[in-house]
Amino acid sequence: MNSDELRERARSVVTDPTLTFPQRRHHLAALAEESLAYPALSDAAADALNKRIVCDLYEGHAPYRARYILPDYARFVAQGSAFLELDPPRDLDEALYFLLILYGQVPSITGYPVYLGDLDKVLAPFAEDFSEDELFRKLRPFWIALDRMLPDAFTHTDIGPDDTRLGRTILRLERELRQVVPNVTLKVDPERTPDDMIRDAVETVIAVAKPHFVNHPLMVRDLGEDYAAVSCYNSLKIGGGAHTLVRLNLKEAALRHRGGTASFITDTMAHYAELTAEVMEARIRFLVEEARFFDHDFLAREGLISLDRFSAMFGVVGLAEAVDLLQEQDGRPGHYGHDEDANALSYRITQALADFVAARAMPYCDGGGGRSLFHSQAGLDSDVELTAGTRIPVGTEPGLYEHISAVAPHHDLFPSGVSDVFHVDETVERNPEAMVDVIRGSFAVGMRDFTFNVASNEFIRITGYLVRKSDVAAFADEGARHGSTAFAAGSVEHSHVTERSVKRVVSHERGARPTQ
Amino acid sequence: MSAVRGQLNDLIRFSSVDGPGNRLVLFLQGCNFDCITCHNPYTIGLCNDCGECVQPCPEEALTLDAELRIVLDEARCTRCDVCIEVCPISSTPLSRTTTVDDVLEELRPVAPFLSGITVSGGEATLQPDFVAALFAAVKTDQELTGLSTLIDTNGSAPRGTWDRLLSVTDGFMVDLKALDPATHLELTGRDNALVLDAIRYLAGHDRLAEVRLLIVPGYNDDRETMVETAQWLHAVAPATRVKVIGYRRHGVRGGALDIAEAGQEAIADLAEVARANGLLDVVMV
Repeated sequence: MNSDELRERARSVVTDPTLTFPQRRHHLAALAEESLAYPALSDAAADALNKRIVCDLYEGHAPYRARYILPDYARFVAQGSAFLELDPPRDLDEALYFLLILYGQVPSITGYPVYLGDLDKVLAPFAEDFSEDELFRKLRPFWIALDRMLPDAFTHTDIGPDDTRLGRTILRLERELRQVVPNVTLKVDPERTPDDMIRDAVETVIAVAKPHFVNHPLMVRDLGEDYAAVSCYNSLKIGGGAHTLVRLNLKEAALRHRGGTASFITDTMAHYAELTAEVMEARIRFLVEEARFFDHDFLAREGLISLDRFSAMFGVVGLAEAVDLLQEQDGRPGHYGHDEDANALSYRITQALADFVAARAMPYCDGGGGRSLFHSQAGLDSDVELTAGTRIPVGTEPGLYEHISAVAPHHDLFPSGVSDVFHVDETVERNPEAMVDVIRGSFAVGMRDFTFNVASNEFIRITGYLVRKSDVAAFADEGARHGSTAFAAGSVEHSHVTERSVKRVVSHERGARPTQ
Repeated sequence: MSAVRGQLNDLIRFSSVDGPGNRLVLFLQGCNFDCITCHNPYTIGLCNDCGECVQPCPEEALTLDAELRIVLDEARCTRCDVCIEVCPISSTPLSRTTTVDDVLEELRPVAPFLSGITVSGGEATLQPDFVAALFAAVKTDQELTGLSTLIDTNGSAPRGTWDRLLSVTDGFMVDLKALDPATHLELTGRDNALVLDAIRYLAGHDRLAEVRLLIVPGYNDDRETMVETAQWLHAVAPATRVKVIGYRRHGVRGGALDIAEAGQEAIADLAEVARANGLLDVVMV
């Protein structure tokens, strides 16, 4: 970017009538970052990045904060913060105020915290003396503040797997306030989470399209007890996070391949997988060694995060297109999601990549045992004719059972999350137990993440993050209070999210980048 | 395993509208009622291989074999429903025979996702041997024994049929099309004495899971009828769930298209009448 171009783009940001002041400031910062040189890469990696075979999700050229940060809020409410001059909170009111104060200081790729804590557990020590109604009244203004002060739908809280009064209160707040923020995940343990709690959550989905559900035992197996799902489908360690998320576009890789499946996996895909890892490594080294984020940020100095609980996310997209292209090269007709051969090929591809990720050492990734964490990436608003992660293409999804059966085998391989979204018709509104059954069944057959949307809902999942349909419709004219609505507007334009068949919704997830 | 065969119209692995929770549903072929409001009239008749549908099939998916039986080529069929439209006896050449083992094979992989299995129709109780054998197999199978077994029925079976099904069926969901025999005859082509007896009998055995009242404007949508119906049900099974369902035109045959659809307000009003007359669990659909 030359200086004329920089000036022109800065001008278009500061004069854009659809951006709020904080959004303009955020875009200006991203522009400034983009004017710096990218961390040094080999020619091959730079070329792959340039052609978006490898994509850094436009995180910026000079990473100065980790992409996803998951502070240990339980520790914060126990010890307070010297940097913020806060003693440990003495009661529930203080805990809520002090958390709001801290949230204002937690960075991420979006500029807002992607993780607010497992609030049913973080607040538990302060909640004992209150009835459910009192808890509801005390949390209500706090919950409103989250939506108004952190206007970004990547902002996320987790509850469960145990059934608690706080968890129930949070679901009730969600149903009554009908806000975009925060997004919510319910951790489900078949042994610990009662049907009635899952049912309560299902009814909350029917009202506000959240929470998202995760398979707690599977997460604990891969990440340990202290994990959280944040920013939609990204599961990471509490007290840690992900330095960066770089994705390999399997469709683009397959388009550049000739000679069938076997050599794709051993040659072309392996080549681009290593380039993806190279981009990740360069970004991580810049963040840790040049920007020295972990040396100066108070979250690290006060032990609310620690470098040894961080890793990075190795993402994939476009599996569906890659499988179909390779099927064609091999002379087989079947498509991903519908054909056993095609599905078997898809499992070979993700297994080979999982093996690569497990073998490829990555610096400053002790949170992943010195490795990055494999991730099925949920897409970007700018993706065209590219299916997110390991999903089945929008509009071609088979029936719910066949859909789950096709994608479930991938879930075991993605410790940092996989985002399939299931769209179901509104008959479940009269029979929420049906979705309790489906969720339990999905986890029993090895699904890791489960998100569903009800066809008639005012809320719509774009990436896993949520927007109101009416906000998207109004965006073109008036701008939006939530930063994520702008991404959603692009997504709707490119992939007709709101028009898709009643079955599921695509979701795109992206970092902030300057307006183009 | 039982060799008894069932005549099947369709099998749906996931349904959220055929009883509590997520359920696998079998729609059996053949019904002894001929309801003017039937939403899937092609499940009424049993195919008699008359061949009327063979020539009209635009995909040439239907042929008559050497024994003059209709044969379907699954690969050619696009489910365009022309065969159903031309069928003179409200049947379909697409129904097929099945066995208990076939159904268990479909059921097994889906079982972790289910609360249970529902047999619907057509009229499920016209094939009691098959249903009883299937449910007995579910109840004695280690992997499947937790699944509940429900039957969706028009209630017209004699007591002997209920007796054969009671021990393996967790609940019956019974349609009561009309309390008044003349109206019932008009709506279904049959008298309702057996239906009323079945509701009493199943309630007495604690197997009456649900009673459905289809409200058809011009036939049974007045308040007095609902008062009488609710009072009768109150005497028989006051706590049983009663679903008040408004008539919809979707899928019905010719003459029924002239019947007005029931309005939501009218249905809500009748549901309230049912409650006011002592029914404890009334929902409207």
